[in-house]
Order: sequence, then C-alpha cells, then structure tokens
Amino acid sequence: MTLAPFPSLLQEGAQPAAYEPVLPGLIVLLPLLGFLVNGVLAMRVGARAAAAVRAGADGAEHQDDGHKRWVTLVGPGVVGLSFVLVLLNFAGMFHADLHDPVVVSYWSWMVTGALEVDAALQLDQLSMIMMLVVTGVGFLIHVFSVGYMHDDPGYARYFSYLNLFVFFMLVLVLGASFPVMFVGWEGVGLCSYLLIGFWFQDREKADAGKKAFIVNRIGDFGFLVAMFLVFTTFGTLAFAEVFPEAPALLEYGGATVTAITLFFFLGAAGKSAQIPLYVWLPDAMAGPTPVSALIHAATMVTAGVYMVARMAVLFALAPVSSAVVATVGVLTALLAATIALAQYDIKKVLAYSTISQLGYMFLAVGVGAYYVGIFHLMTHAFFKALLFLGSGAVIHAMHHALHRTHSHADPQDMRNMGGLRASMPVTWITMWIATLAIAGVWPLAGFFSKDEIIWYAGLAASSSYPALFTVLWVLALATALLTAIYMTRLMVMTFHGANRTGREEARHLHEAPRVMTIPLVVLAVLSVVGGWVNVPEEVAASVLGLAGALPTSEWLHHWLEPITAGAAAIRYEHLGEPAHAAPFGGGEVLWAGLSTLAALALVLFTARAAARWKVVPAARAAAPTGFKSLLFNKWYVDEFYDRFVVQPVLAASRFSWRVIDAVLIDGAVNGLGLVTRAGGAFVSLFQTGQVNTYALVLTLGVLAILGFVVF
Amino acid sequence: MLTEALTTSALLFVIGTFGVLVRRNAIIMFLCIELQLNAVNLALVAFSRYVGVEGQVFVFFVMTVAAAEAAVGLAIIISIFRHYRTVNVDNFNLLKW
Repeated sequence: MTLAPFPSLLQEGAQPAAYEPVLPGLIVLLPLLGFLVNGVLAMRVGARAAAAVRAGADGAEHQDDGHKRWVTLVGPGVVGLSFVLVLLNFAGMFHADLHDPVVVSYWSWMVTGALEVDAALQLDQLSMIMMLVVTGVGFLIHVFSVGYMHDDPGYARYFSYLNLFVFFMLVLVLGASFPVMFVGWEGVGLCSYLLIGFWFQDREKADAGKKAFIVNRIGDFGFLVAMFLVFTTFGTLAFAEVFPEAPALLEYGGATVTAITLFFFLGAAGKSAQIPLYVWLPDAMAGPTPVSALIHAATMVTAGVYMVARMAVLFALAPVSSAVVATVGVLTALLAATIALAQYDIKKVLAYSTISQLGYMFLAVGVGAYYVGIFHLMTHAFFKALLFLGSGAVIHAMHHALHRTHSHADPQDMRNMGGLRASMPVTWITMWIATLAIAGVWPLAGFFSKDEIIWYAGLAASSSYPALFTVLWVLALATALLTAIYMTRLMVMTFHGANRTGREEARHLHEAPRVMTIPLVVLAVLSVVGGWVNVPEEVAASVLGLAGALPTSEWLHHWLEPITAGAAAIRYEHLGEPAHAAPFGGGEVLWAGLSTLAALALVLFTARAAARWKVVPAARAAAPTGFKSLLFNKWYVDEFYDRFVVQPVLAASRFSWRVIDAVLIDGAVNGLGLVTRAGGAFVSLFQTGQVNTYALVLTLGVLAILGFVVF
Repeated sequence: MLTEALTTSALLFVIGTFGVLVRRNAIIMFLCIELQLNAVNLALVAFSRYVGVEGQVFVFFVMTVAAAEAAVGLAIIISIFRHYRTVNVDNFNLLKW
C-alpha cells in the first residue's frame, strides 16, 4: 500500500488540490460498530451456552456455529472498510499540498474553567501513516484470525475485542489533543489486557493480563503528570495550539520542557515496553498469536514511538530528554536481543525481538531522526506481524498435530519442532523473508530503516554528547548483529534439521489454510518492498539503491516534513548543521554495505552452526547452565523486580491493611462509635421518666438563670 | 398598691410551684399549675395599671390557654385513671429513652 503513486509520478504542473477529509469519523466509528455487533453476538452465544449447561448438557459440545458466519463477515469487514476509507483519504492528501494539519472537531467534550477540550480528530501526514499501518496490517491480521481462531468457542468475543482495539488505536493516532489521545491510550491498554487474558480460565494467562495492565499504569501516571504540566505551561491541550507555541514559551533545555518530556517518555516506556517497564511484553504472549502480532508487535506497542514523534518539537527542545530516550532505547535493544538468544518459546523470542526493535525506534527519535523512527515503525509492522503470524501458523499446526496424539508437549517450544519446512512451505518461505528483513539484509524493508537509524545515531555523535552517542552507535551496531543471530536460530530450530515432534505427530503436520497463508504472502511482499519508500538519497544513487531504479528517494522523509519541520528548525538553531560522516569516517553507503554484509554473513554462519546443534525435545532437555542460564532466565530481571519492587509494595500494602486500616482507621471509627454509645448510656440515666424530677430540674434551672441575671 | 399585689402574686406562685414539686396526685399538681398561671395573671394586671392595657390583653390570652389546657389535661388524667386506676404520678415513668 505504501507503493501508492510516488511524487515523481505526478503529472508535471498539475495544480495540487486542497485536501478534503473523506468521512474521517466513519474510519473510527466502523470498528466501534463491529465491536458492538460482535459483542452482542458474543453475549448471546454466552447466554445460550450457559443455558445449555444449566439444562444438563456439556456446554462445549453444544455450541452452535451459526453466528460465526456473521462474525467472520463483520469482524474483518469493518476494518477492511476503514482501510478503504483511509486509502481514499491518503489519495486525497497525497495530491494536496498540505502544510497545516486538518482538525475535524465534532463536539465540545470538556469545558471547565480555563480548560476546553474538543472531541476532535487531527488528520495530517503522521496520523495518515499510522492509520495506514493500523487498518492495513490490522485488516490482514483480522483475516488471519478467521482461520486461527475458528474453532475457539470465544470466536465472537475475540473479534469484538479486536475491533474495539482498532477503534481505540485509531482514536490514539487521530486524537487532536492530549486528552483525546489519552482516551485511545487507555483504551488500547484495556483491549490489550482483555486479549492477553483472553483464555482467562488459565490462571497464568489471566495473571499475564493483569501484569500488563499494572505495569502500564506506571507509564500512564507519567503521561498524566506530563499532561498536567503541559496544561499549566500552555493553558491548552490541543496539539495545534501547543506545538507552534512551544519554541516561544519554553526555554531550550529548560527544566519545564525536560520534565514534561521525561514524564511523557515514562508513559512511552510503559506502552512501548522499554527499560524499566518492558517486563510485561514477554508475558503478554499468553494471548492468542494474532493478538501478539497486532497489538504487541505492529501497532499498540509502537504508540510510544508515535507519541515521541508527535511531540517532536517538545523533545527537540529538551536535549537531555532526547539523550535519555536514545540511551534507554539502545540499552533496551541490546538487553532484549541478548535474552532472545537463549529463549526456546518461539513467541518469547519474537517478543524480545519486538522489544529490541522498539528500542531501535526510540534510538531514532532520541537522536532527532523522527521520521526514521516512524519509518522503522512501519517496516517493523510488516515483518514483525509476518513473523508473529508465521509463528501462529506454526503453533496452529503443532497444536493440531499434538492434539491428534493427545501429546502434552508444548506446541510453542522450538525444541519440539524442527524440520517443519517440508510440511509448511509457504510459512517457511515467508518467515525467511521476514527474518532477512529484520536482520537488515539488502534490499528488504528492514535494511533501509534499521540502517537509517544506525546512521543517524552515528551522526548524532558529532553534535551533542559525542562520547555517549558514539557508545550508543557501537551498541546499536552490535545489536543489529545479535538480531541476525537470534532470528536465524529461531528459523533453523523451527524449520530445519530433523523433525522432533515425534513420528506419529509429524504425519499430522500440515500447512495452514489459505485464509491464513494469504495474509502471510501479502505481508511478505510488503516486507520486501516496504523499505523502498525511504531510500536515502546517497544510497539511492549507488548500487544498494537498486542503482537508481526507484522512482523516488526519501519519500517518507519529505512526506513527514510538515510534522518534523518545527523540531528540525530547533535542532538546527541549537545544534548547527548536522554532520555527514559516521564517528570513524565513512559515508552512508559504506556503512550500509558493511552492515548488510555482516548481517548476511552472520545469518549464514549461524545457520551452519545451528545445523550441527544437537537439540533434544523439551521434555528430555537439561536446564541451561552458566551464562546461557543467565540469558535463559532473562537476566533475572523479573526476580529482581519481584524482590525489590513487588515484595516491598506487597509488604507496604499489607502494612496499610493490617495496621493502618484494620487498627488505626477501624479503631478510630469504632472508637468514635463506642464513645458516643457510652456517653448516650450515661446521659440517659438522667431521663427518669418521673415528671416531678423534670419539674424540679426545670425549676432549679430557671432559678439558676434568674440568679445569674439578677445578681 | 403595686407592692401588695406583687407580693400576693409571688406568694401564690411559690405555693403553686411548691405544690407541683411536692404533690404526687395529678389532679392536685394540675390545680397547682393553674395557681401559678393565676399568680402570673395577677402580676400582669397589677403592672397594667402603670404600663398600659397590653397587660390585661395578655391575661385574656392566658385564661384562654388555661381553659384549653384544662380541657385537654383533665381528659388525659381521666383516661390515665381509667387505665391505671390511680392518678399517682410516681406510677407513670414510661416516657423515657
């Protein structure tokens, strides 16, 4: 879809038409409609199943599948329609010369005192790219889900959650102000929680959902505080008012803007799984695999990157925050890549790979290359969605094969796989394409985007904090090499070598149905060509840029210029002309060539080495030892958090409950009651009921008052 | 003239108060209350000679209220007597907490 007409294909001299949004509200509302329809169907199915169980039947046996046709039609259908509308809008914006964002305001949402927030959508170049990714990749994943989830009793519930997610994600990327964005931000978090714990009968999976939700709360706290700071500084929360005013109102590198951006980055780190809040994402793999593809790889987790790019002006004003963003990004990328080297669960490898790639995106936006972050976000959405969907096809096949023989082996453990290429050729080939793309092999999508990130990280070394950025640049290069290793390891263990499923099971292994393989093929094509939308000028002219065969260079860069121009101007003013050489010399073409050669060499080397590994099925495998066990156990970060964060919080909560609540507060409340009752009992002794007593007291009282008045 | 009238009034009031406090027969207590009211009436009339006619107007009010009170009070006493066969107020102490 990103191959849509390039600027150079425009007819010379054609007058750019003004951009008119085409039903922007409907883009958002269609998935919400799908959620309502599927939700109603899901509730009816649930009620009927409950009635059947009450009537004495086995609920699972007596599910009726009549509703599934409607769900199949509505679930992917609404997202597909949204995608068509987005394409229409894209075509309109493409031919228009749009500089300022188009804000479509529907109604006044909040008016309290100085605060005025409209329910408004903002259509500009950045939200357009995000919409294309969300609805386009989202639609493919919906289609894939039709095959993957077809036998699940929660089919309608699944699609209603998935539609709701798309709705909130569109609100997030289209919101024209911080609060509207925050509604989407929280909404996708809710859907993520619902879908991670989709099989909530399994305690572990329900807990994984809770973990994701709670860790995200920490990030949301940062988002809220940042939003309050923005409001006290600017007096408004609309993007179109805040960003143009920022350079005038905020001092470059000042405390306010640094605080604002750091708190926003805390929110981004929670949503996008960066250090120190990344721990929820690997556990989120408990959800159905297409959910991992859509929410935990292609769209929701990239919301943090989108946020930083959206607030490019603010981050450009805060060099310290930008350096923090870049540092955290690289460290996360490196840490996650090392963990991915030693995981055996196919989805865990991909989860850590996602965290690692998100780290790259943050490196890009941290060094001021905002469009590159978005570029990698887009290409990553293609190949990581493909990898997850491919792993879904593998798990699907493994699950069915193991189910046939009533084996209890783990269908996600790569030690139980091996040699699957014979039975799943389409999955095998498409996943290899994605693997080469993520490893950064020329000329696939990941090569262009990742190379651009590393290149800009190198350039940053000659502006601010040279030592820091040089180190980051080296680490980013090293991580790129690790990527090639762990992805090749995954492919070899899954698809190559001898089959380890067992002889009987191997007979039942089969390729996924066409409804699942077609999305794989489409995503594979996108993983090949996706990078061509932003071939750097220097590279485009060389052999690496297909020797100038592409109709354009740096299209995405120019497309996003209206968004990033403000930030670029600030950086230019304070940092000067950007450098044109990497820290140790050499131009972009040289480093790009070197890195792709290194990636390819490592892929081949790992493939050869891995072919000689003696992998034993999980049931008979010994626990990893030494350094490998450190990586296998994820550097014991979860244990560290448990010891130093979770347990202290639990202890503090227990103290609050047992001491503060049960003793102090309950004591105070009950004590007050006791005092009142005792006082009442004492005073009631004077209430004898004897009329003479009353008369006597009355008289004495009158006499006392009289005496007081007279004397 | 005023001194004598007020002295009489005070004496009557004290006698009435004393009766209310000491006696246990409801009828007697009732009569003592009437005595107190009339002591006040006497004081009002005595003052009205020097202050104005309002004192006498007040007396009519007091007499009207006293008449109404007598009607209601006696009715209550009669129904109490029918129930308990006594009008000794020591026996009536239900009206408490």
